[in-house]
Amino acid sequence: MSENLSRIVGERSVVVCCGSGGVGKTTTAATLAVEAARQGRRACVVTIDPAKRLADALGLDGLSNTPGRVAGDWPGELDALMLDTKSTFDALVTRYAASPEQAEGILANRVYRNMSGALSGTQEYMAMEKLHELATSGAYDLIVIDTPPTRNALDFLDAPRRLTRFLDNRVFKLLMMPTRAYMKAVSLATQTFLRTISKVVGGEVVADAVAFFHAFEGMEQGFRERADDVSRLLQASSTAFVLVTSPRRDAVEEAEFFADQLQEAGIDVDALVVNRLHPSFGNAEAPEGLGDLGRNLRDFRSIAEREEQHFQDLASRIAPAPVARVPFLVGDVHDLEGLGLVGRHLFGD
Amino acid sequence: MDVSQFCSATRLFIVAGKGGVGKTTVTATIAQMAADAALTALIIEVEGKSGIGNVFGRRDQLTYEEVDLSAAGGSGRGRVRGRTLTPDDALLEYLVEHGMKRVSKRLASSGALDVVSTAVPGIKDILVLGKVKALERANAADLLVLDAPAAGHAVTFLTSAKGLLDAARVGPIRTQAQDVVDLLADPDRCQVVLVTLPEETPVNEVIETAYKLEDQVGIKLGPLVINGVYPPLDGLDADPIDVARQAGVTLSADQARSLRDAAAFRSHRQELQAEQLRRLDEALPLPQIRLPFLFTPEVGPAELSVLAEAMAEQVARLP
Repeated sequence: MSENLSRIVGERSVVVCCGSGGVGKTTTAATLAVEAARQGRRACVVTIDPAKRLADALGLDGLSNTPGRVAGDWPGELDALMLDTKSTFDALVTRYAASPEQAEGILANRVYRNMSGALSGTQEYMAMEKLHELATSGAYDLIVIDTPPTRNALDFLDAPRRLTRFLDNRVFKLLMMPTRAYMKAVSLATQTFLRTISKVVGGEVVADAVAFFHAFEGMEQGFRERADDVSRLLQASSTAFVLVTSPRRDAVEEAEFFADQLQEAGIDVDALVVNRLHPSFGNAEAPEGLGDLGRNLRDFRSIAEREEQHFQDLASRIAPAPVARVPFLVGDVHDLEGLGLVGRHLFGD
Repeated sequence: MDVSQFCSATRLFIVAGKGGVGKTTVTATIAQMAADAALTALIIEVEGKSGIGNVFGRRDQLTYEEVDLSAAGGSGRGRVRGRTLTPDDALLEYLVEHGMKRVSKRLASSGALDVVSTAVPGIKDILVLGKVKALERANAADLLVLDAPAAGHAVTFLTSAKGLLDAARVGPIRTQAQDVVDLLADPDRCQVVLVTLPEETPVNEVIETAYKLEDQVGIKLGPLVINGVYPPLDGLDADPIDVARQAGVTLSADQARSLRDAAAFRSHRQELQAEQLRRLDEALPLPQIRLPFLFTPEVGPAELSVLAEAMAEQVARLP
């Protein structure tokens, strides 16, 4: 089983780690990338929001949006970066604008500046953009990407298209037309509608929005092509999806929901990683009559068994994809040694 | 402190914490504790998908229409009700209430809401919190328990009203933002219950969130709830072979090893937890409510009543 995960890391060129929050996704992503480096590959891990000490261990100072080398005792190479949504977006705008003036106009616009925080899916979108940028750079054999803790798998599968859909908004396109054409094209209902928006949120908001769409004019095509590229990359057979969960019911339910949506999008789950499993301490029968000692062992046996049952449905749904189990570790993982320990559970010795 | 007094100190309880720490469980526990104290609690879920139904033994998801979540044939005590309140729901209701029913459909379908909410970040949060405020004002229940979005977003969720006051200078949205700011800043109407686990990363995050909420929102912080604390167990240090001999039980080598390993694991985790609890004590001057780890991967009605009782006992001991 675990050999398969090892092969995924050894052969694929992109691994996307997905799952809900608090299930150890970042740690899993980092462990997979370390294993690739141990297999002699040039690997890069893109993390979204690592716990501070893990970030320190990976040499991420919190500001870097470009890959930094992680020193380690392996034949390959390992780079890590922490996604900075805003600077990724800024770089994208600067690169694809027709002129420096256009880029400046966009970067200064209030709607644009709010976008990184507010447009749902911007973080997912930038994660995918970063993935695309790294994948096309040719610098890596494998890119492991940790995704934002999204409920909905479509949020990132669909993320690249969101911006183009946003830019295509018909109502605001109409607003940008010259006055005479505008009067012809815009129905009475639409005018009422726009007046309503102005009334509720204030005219300046609408004016800002119009300025935003003006600023972006002509760039939609480039964004659209790029969105298609990213989609193809995600659908490619060289891309693997690793679903990460904990055995708690709510996390497993979210993972199932996720698996369903990936399936609908025609994407297979290539492996399931279950973190934070309680150990069962062998299978010798727990004796009665030994007070707290016996009770403690029975408690762990009982939860371990129920946890195992919890993800059986999910495991059989994604079969023949392998399931890797990582027990509750004695402490938090915040250094390469800790990642090595997780790796032993994911890949065997 | 008397439990019903605690539950009535503010009408609104906002439960916030990082993903995976058991925020939904704690939301349900507060509501159940209130119901056990003969109060009526309304759970409000804002993300449109949560396991809150499961906790009360129901298979269906909450809906925009309130449902009664209490066990059938309650014993004359209080009730727990539950409903969702997503931004889309809140927007629709807002438009209808402001006489804009006609455009409401178009607004939702044209994507213009996406544009507007990008231009005015936080507008969705304001719509939700504005509706919560209306429920609070209408005395919709003895207490409202709001299952807030996962932390990180929790801070944004609660600061958006202030941000909006700067952005929108006029209009009904500004009025609504002002109402929400007033509600959040009023310690007699609203408090935040932060939830965490006794583990390093969640502890770091809850400390950070607590200070941000206090500095940026000026919101009253209620007790800190720490989920999944191992109940103390004596006798973990004893040698299984000695204990077995005294009890007249014969152990195989495998059994002795299993017992010893399990005891060592638990002792070690208890020590780690104790260390994190100490850190919380030092970093946050908030009373703590510690909920026991229940050795089950799921919380259903039976577990919920254990948790509600544990919470009530500790609330009773609060000054």
